[in-house]
Amino acid sequence: MSEGRIRVLIAKPGLDGHDRGAKVLARAMRDAGFEVIYTGLRQTPDQIVSAAVQEDVDVIGLSILSGAHNHLFPRIMQLLEEAGAEHILVIAGGVIPEEDIPALEKLGVSRVFTPGTPTSEAIGFIRERVGA
Amino acid sequence: MERCEIDAMISGIRDNRPGTLARAISMIEDEEPDSAHLLEGLHPFTGGSHVVGITGPPGSGKSTLTDRITKHLRKRSKSVGVVAVDPTSPFSGGALLGDRTRMGDLATDPEVFIRSMGTRGSLGGLSRAVYGAIKVLEAAAKDVILVETVGVGQSEVDIARVADTVVVVFVPGLGDDVQAIKAGITEIGDLLVVNKADLPGASRVESVLESTLNLAPPREEPAPKIASASAERDEGVEELLDLIEEHRNLARESGLLELRRRMRARAEITAILARRVSRHTEGYLSDGDNGWYRRLTRGEVSPGELAEELWSKLLGQESEG
Ligand code: B12
Ligand SMILES: Nc1nc2c(ncn2[C@@H]2O[C@H](COP(=O)(O)OP(=O)(O)O)[C@@H](O)[C@H]2O)c(=O)[nH]1
Ligand SMILES: [Mg+2]
Repeated sequence: MSEGRIRVLIAKPGLDGHDRGAKVLARAMRDAGFEVIYTGLRQTPDQIVSAAVQEDVDVIGLSILSGAHNHLFPRIMQLLEEAGAEHILVIAGGVIPEEDIPALEKLGVSRVFTPGTPTSEAIGFIRERVGA
Repeated sequence: MERCEIDAMISGIRDNRPGTLARAISMIEDEEPDSAHLLEGLHPFTGGSHVVGITGPPGSGKSTLTDRITKHLRKRSKSVGVVAVDPTSPFSGGALLGDRTRMGDLATDPEVFIRSMGTRGSLGGLSRAVYGAIKVLEAAAKDVILVETVGVGQSEVDIARVADTVVVVFVPGLGDDVQAIKAGITEIGDLLVVNKADLPGASRVESVLESTLNLAPPREEPAPKIASASAERDEGVEELLDLIEEHRNLARESGLLELRRRMRARAEITAILARRVSRHTEGYLSDGDNGWYRRLTRGEVSPGELAEELWSKLLGQESEG
């Protein structure tokens, strides 16, 4: 009988002012029936992980176009583990070079969506991985 | 869930473990069957927090104000819970919950817990979830709980109005002087705050509010106080917080607090019942195979008789199980 809805935190880590992609994704996910918590710009890894825990999200979507992913993502993944929140699915998007992706996936980022990917792909991926 | 798991959850909540608080609120929001037991178990630990409702039109600065009030409360060494409600899209059932964008740097304070919530739109469902979340935060011994709801829509306004202290936010530039009076929103507030006092027209809104109050019929509760603030510049917020605390102290002495608590309990019970009835009837009426509509169109029953029939069914079910 539960009416569990998919909850997604969309976060922009670091000093990155490019928020178009994050907003596009947030709206598309709302229209797909997800509850999207948008945290806004310039979030530290600590803030992102605390917010994800408090909001009890199923998914964290990181949007980053600044090039700082190799620096910020490991910290986020580490904090998630420390918070006992490894069950949260982590995906990412933005300007991330192909050659960086394998290392990010190894850290536990489930999928990276680069520029031009239709939003429906990320939505389909989330549905497949967290159900409902 | 086993009884002992629920007990573990309750002690996790009382230990202020963020993951457990979060899980508990989700259980209540998703109406998981165990959430009723959880709420029962939490009940003895509730009632110790000052619940402050913050309502007003979209974009009036409620979230920014909530952020600032929380920061001042932290300076006064108070722990804070925030429940921020935003509308669910009636089309998709999804929601874009953006209140946290104004509260970014509160996220890492262990004495602050913020939860965003969509209205989700079921009869009684929102109230049940918000009252439940308040209980979880009370059991976690938060000194103050701020509940932000958009001041449109009856259920959102109802939630704010049963807080211990109700703050209604106004802003210059919305034009309509009459609007405020018409909506009756001045009547539910203990404190009327004109936010964005840095913008032109703020003092005019204040004087409109004053004359509205002067025209209002006398009431038993003390007349609302008017304040002004600029959340963005963090001006007037300290004074607003003083008024909020003063209201709570006066309300406690005068018995108003007791009255509000009673209203809240009443609203909570009503919400639980409304939700139960609506689940039951929705279930029955959306089931195309039971032929209720055919019976109706053939003139065998009227809607009133069907309602009566459903009601008996519901009572029968309840007494069985
Ligand atoms: C528009 C733009 C800007 C705008 C930003 C407006 C805004 N509010 O967003 C402005 C003009 C402000 C700007 C400024 C700058 N920019 Co700029 N900008 C761009 C540009 C041209 C397009 C970005 C965009 O909005 N795309 C449209 C959106 C919808 O696409 P998207 O974000 O990629 O999102 C898609 C996917 O990536 C994915 N996605 C994204 N996020 C997420 C999240 C999740 C969870 C998922 C599942 C998917 C997903 O899905 C989306 C849909 O397909 C890019 C170039 C490019 N082609 O990407 C440069 C670019 C990002 N900018 C760049 C730079 C360098 C800057 C500046 C530093 C320039 C400067 N020297 O001043 C500043 C810094 C600003 C800041 N404070 O951070 C560089 C970054 C280089 C790098 N990463 O190594 C780029 C790549 C240009 C380049 N080739 O050099 N920029
Ligand atoms: N000028 C001015 N803008 C403000 C003030 N408080 C909030 N805002 C802005 O008003 C907009 C809406 O604020 P928000 O807190 O999200 O409003 P809410 O929808 O009522 O929660 C944001 O752009 C804020 O920056 C204020 O005191 N002065
Ligand atoms: Mg808000």
